[in-house]
Amino acid sequence: MLPNRYKGKLIVAEGIAGSGKRTQISLLSRWLRAQGYATASSEWNSSPPVKETIERGKANLSFTPTTFSLIQATDFADRMESYILPLIKAGAVVCADGYAYTAFARDLAHGAGRHWVRNLYSCALRPSLTLYFRVPLDVAIGRLGHNTDESFRILQGRTLAEYEAMAGEMEFHAIDATLSTEEQQRRIRQTVVDCLGEVLRTGVLRSAPKGGPQGSPHGSPQGSPQGSDATATAAAVL
Amino acid sequence: MPPRQPLQFYSEPLPGVDITALRGKLIVIEGPDAVGRSTQVTRLRRWLEQEGQTVLDSEFRSALAGQGLQDAKRSNTLGPVTMTLFYTTDFADRLENEMLPALRAGHVVLTDRYVFSIVARALARGEDRKWIEQVAGFALVPHAVYYLRARVGDLVARVVLGRGAFDYWESGMDLPFGADKHQSFVRYQRRVIQALDSMAGPYNFTVVDATQRADAIFHQLQRHISALLFRKAGSPEAPGQR
Repeated sequence: MLPNRYKGKLIVAEGIAGSGKRTQISLLSRWLRAQGYATASSEWNSSPPVKETIERGKANLSFTPTTFSLIQATDFADRMESYILPLIKAGAVVCADGYAYTAFARDLAHGAGRHWVRNLYSCALRPSLTLYFRVPLDVAIGRLGHNTDESFRILQGRTLAEYEAMAGEMEFHAIDATLSTEEQQRRIRQTVVDCLGEVLRTGVLRSAPKGGPQGSPHGSPQGSPQGSDATATAAAVL
Repeated sequence: MPPRQPLQFYSEPLPGVDITALRGKLIVIEGPDAVGRSTQVTRLRRWLEQEGQTVLDSEFRSALAGQGLQDAKRSNTLGPVTMTLFYTTDFADRLENEMLPALRAGHVVLTDRYVFSIVARALARGEDRKWIEQVAGFALVPHAVYYLRARVGDLVARVVLGRGAFDYWESGMDLPFGADKHQSFVRYQRRVIQALDSMAGPYNFTVVDATQRADAIFHQLQRHISALLFRKAGSPEAPGQR
């Protein structure tokens, strides 16, 4: 992964399906925006040009482990090249729901080679902070309430094992994802302040002062998912 | 680099794919844009079918990623790494869903371009050689790779006479070579040719002089492929037999 030499910061949420990472990273992103930081969101599988191919492959069941790895990496590269990197260069805080580690865990669980998969993600920027939502398999599956056939369970179990195996190497900050939503969020904000407090205060892009001439949204990115919650605009708050 | 056996993976085994059952022959025609590959592939296929071979005539654009790639190229929005990975997805789909079944059935797979074109384009765009070679490492080693080699000047003449216009991507207009399509074509294709040249040794290309007349190129390819497929008539190595 490439070192981040830019002003902006990248915060990543990782964990298996049912870990609650999506809820937590979106709460964090809203909070950061409320603090006045120019904050953007990026989700797994959100690149517009690649999306259609992914949908076609899923509909026709024509993916193999290899083509699925490759199309996910293509999607990621597009998010990196045309969305995340420009925002980080501009000084924004980018909150990513799922990052390269999602592929590292998932693709290995599907039988791909470790070095081959990691090499696909050479263009990834090293996150400033990776939050890992640690949850027992039964709890996660219980939360999903669907898709809980045996093969899904086995795959999720393997994915979880891959996450655990790289947690130390990739410097994950583990969050106990069995705690209440509020308690998790409290700890996450504390972790962000502890790890990034100084750089957030001095480095990153802030929203324009309230009522200032720059208060209007700028640079709304194309194809941003989930409407206003995911736009890169620095809401004029505080 | 150690010599590689045909129909082995270069460096990365495909999960769930058994290569011991492959009986066909994999023949690749490579070369830069506008060098005349597709003309040769069409003639070679016709000839091989007359010889009684079952030929899979494979070219770029898979069922899975072909449409998405076409759309993406039209809108011209993808970055270089994204483009390389998208092409590789497309190639993997062709390999697993078209070429492998044909090779299992003992057919001749005659392909207009292979993974080497993806590697060459990536190199021409300045990407890291080790990176792209590892990305593409799941490709199968072909029985033969015929590299139709020409100089940039020959390609320019072919584009002007044949198509009458320079294509955006074949001209590398996504690279910072300026707005002049002809200039950009020359600079980009020169890099592609350099990249293919650099791969000729390591990947065991048979270089064919593509500045000859089309007939002469065809006869040369025919001789090579005859030797490959039909050496000692009735030999047990003919495709379709064990």
